[in-house]
Amino acid sequence: MMGTKDREGFLKQFSVYALLICIGFIYLYPILHMISSSLMTLDDLLDSSIKWLPSSFNLENFRQAAASMDFWRALWQSVVLAGVPTICNLLSCSVIGYGLARFDFPGKKIVMAVIILSFVLPSQITMIPTYVLYSNLGIQNTIWAFVLPALFGQGFNAPIFILIFWQFFRQIPKVLIEASRIDGAGYFKSFYKVALPSAAPAFITVALFSFVWYWNESYLTELYVHGIYGDSSWTTLVIQLDNFSDNYSSYQQTATNAATNLNESINMAGTLLSILPLMILYFVLQRHFVESIDRTGITGE
Amino acid sequence: MNMAETTKLTRKEKKALKERMKHLRSGKLEKRYARMGYLFMIPWFIGAGVFLAYPLISSFWYALNNIRITPLGRVFTFVGQGNFTQILIQDPDFLVQLVDYLTSTILSTPIIVVFALLIAMMLNMRIKGKGFFRLIFFLPVIIVSGPILKMLTAEGAGSISAIDVQSLTAAIGSVLPSMLAKPISDVFSNMITTLWYSGVQILIFLSGLQKIDKSMYEAAKIDGGSGWECFWKITLPNLKSMILLNTIYTIVFISSNSQNPIIVLIQNSMFSSTKEKGYGYASAMAWLYSVVVLLLVGLFALLLTTRKDQYEKQVKRNKKLKKKEARNLKRIERRNSRNAKRIEKQRAKGKITTHTTSRSDY
Repeated sequence: MMGTKDREGFLKQFSVYALLICIGFIYLYPILHMISSSLMTLDDLLDSSIKWLPSSFNLENFRQAAASMDFWRALWQSVVLAGVPTICNLLSCSVIGYGLARFDFPGKKIVMAVIILSFVLPSQITMIPTYVLYSNLGIQNTIWAFVLPALFGQGFNAPIFILIFWQFFRQIPKVLIEASRIDGAGYFKSFYKVALPSAAPAFITVALFSFVWYWNESYLTELYVHGIYGDSSWTTLVIQLDNFSDNYSSYQQTATNAATNLNESINMAGTLLSILPLMILYFVLQRHFVESIDRTGITGE
Repeated sequence: MNMAETTKLTRKEKKALKERMKHLRSGKLEKRYARMGYLFMIPWFIGAGVFLAYPLISSFWYALNNIRITPLGRVFTFVGQGNFTQILIQDPDFLVQLVDYLTSTILSTPIIVVFALLIAMMLNMRIKGKGFFRLIFFLPVIIVSGPILKMLTAEGAGSISAIDVQSLTAAIGSVLPSMLAKPISDVFSNMITTLWYSGVQILIFLSGLQKIDKSMYEAAKIDGGSGWECFWKITLPNLKSMILLNTIYTIVFISSNSQNPIIVLIQNSMFSSTKEKGYGYASAMAWLYSVVVLLLVGLFALLLTTRKDQYEKQVKRNKKLKKKEARNLKRIERRNSRNAKRIEKQRAKGKITTHTTSRSDY
């Protein structure tokens, strides 16, 4: 039962499976709750005998939630607001990571210490002066508030990405770069002809994580891009979710057909809608997500 | 080697000295190559200067001031450490929240890291459906964001309804003092959200576990090692650096999470318009908070760093000694040659008579 040297015993395997299934269920519990309650109508909610399975497959909640959240416009803006800074992040972090990995310039240790320090510091400490700075530069309430820092290696969680690239480029054998220099490549050529093409896994990892983190970052988006006083045209799905109840009540007053009052199922429908794009992305690209950390070699050889 | 020594180094000894010094100093080409690194780092220097250093310094300046926003602009009145003392002594909210934050972080971080380690070990075994489970456990990383967590905890989906939180709280409250009991019961009641933070850690541990050499386990089993011993002596030492990485990541993530009440406090007083609060006050709070977070991270880092190899330390020390010795030799040689030249000049002028002894006398 407990197993011999090679074969895992039945009891051990069973207990591992049971544990994993239990914990997996605990993990998925909020999402299942979301899905089931967003499909319920008002009658189902009030009916106390129905807990998990709705009586009918009802998409009405989704329609109302989507209309009040201005879904398609918010979706498109979320994609842009997450995608463009991601590209800038990729560009700058790869260059900086390469510089840190390949060259041994004086003061390198200080630079690395500052990078790690900027990761540990909470972003609230610089929030106010950054707000003032952006207003002075005139980039507040536009997408440049995200793009400009990302271009210079100061995007969200940029230190992590710089470290990922650093670790990755350290693993390229030095003789490869030296061979390219013998063949006459300059510094930049040997960067983008030799090092970059072999860095595809790192690029995929950084792109995915950066996209997801930019998408999910609600407070800074609201502060810098949306503008606390709401006078810009940028918005994201997550911000719409934040103001869901306000949006819904204003939608309700202007709706032509009879919209139900805000209840739990509409809340859940709205939440589900806002995580749906990312979940689809995740399920399509799951292999890349899950194997990404392994491929970057941050855990060493 | 005393200062009165006037022997010149023979040619052979000079050559030997140069040979020894060569591999201690990098040549000119290497130095020029290293300086090219600055070219690649220019974006970071600009970025750090504009977006990191400047806000940091001005935030500190704000913290020392009392700022009021008038229709004419911002009015700064220098208060010195007035803001800080006001926070520490007069403000009731901040200190309470800080202590809350500290206890909950110190409690939840080990839970998260240990949990991630256990799950990673279980996923590493030979079971079917490994990919499916990996998918489930990593899902929260994709979904977790401020408003979504807010919605979920509001609807009560953040806790496991099967576990009776009330009785657990009562049971804990009767055993521990109330100051400890409250954070523990908080952690339990938010168990799901706490566990949801462990997605990235599971992956890091998993990839670290897969890199451990399997033959070590076989050798241990041949020598009669039990599973428990294998875990402590083989698995854990290999994972030490990853435990440190995960701990720091967890602390930083929890600290900057907008679910944190202390963050909410700071953010609310940022845009408050009452006289005592406002930008300066909020900056001071943010600085205090950052110092606390840094101390916490430093504490965990100290506890968990791997000690440097003794052998490596010796090698480093020897290298340093050699460098010093070479420098001393050079200095003495220069001094000798200077002295010798001076003596030659004075002898030629006929002012000093020296007795030149030949080497063969020794």
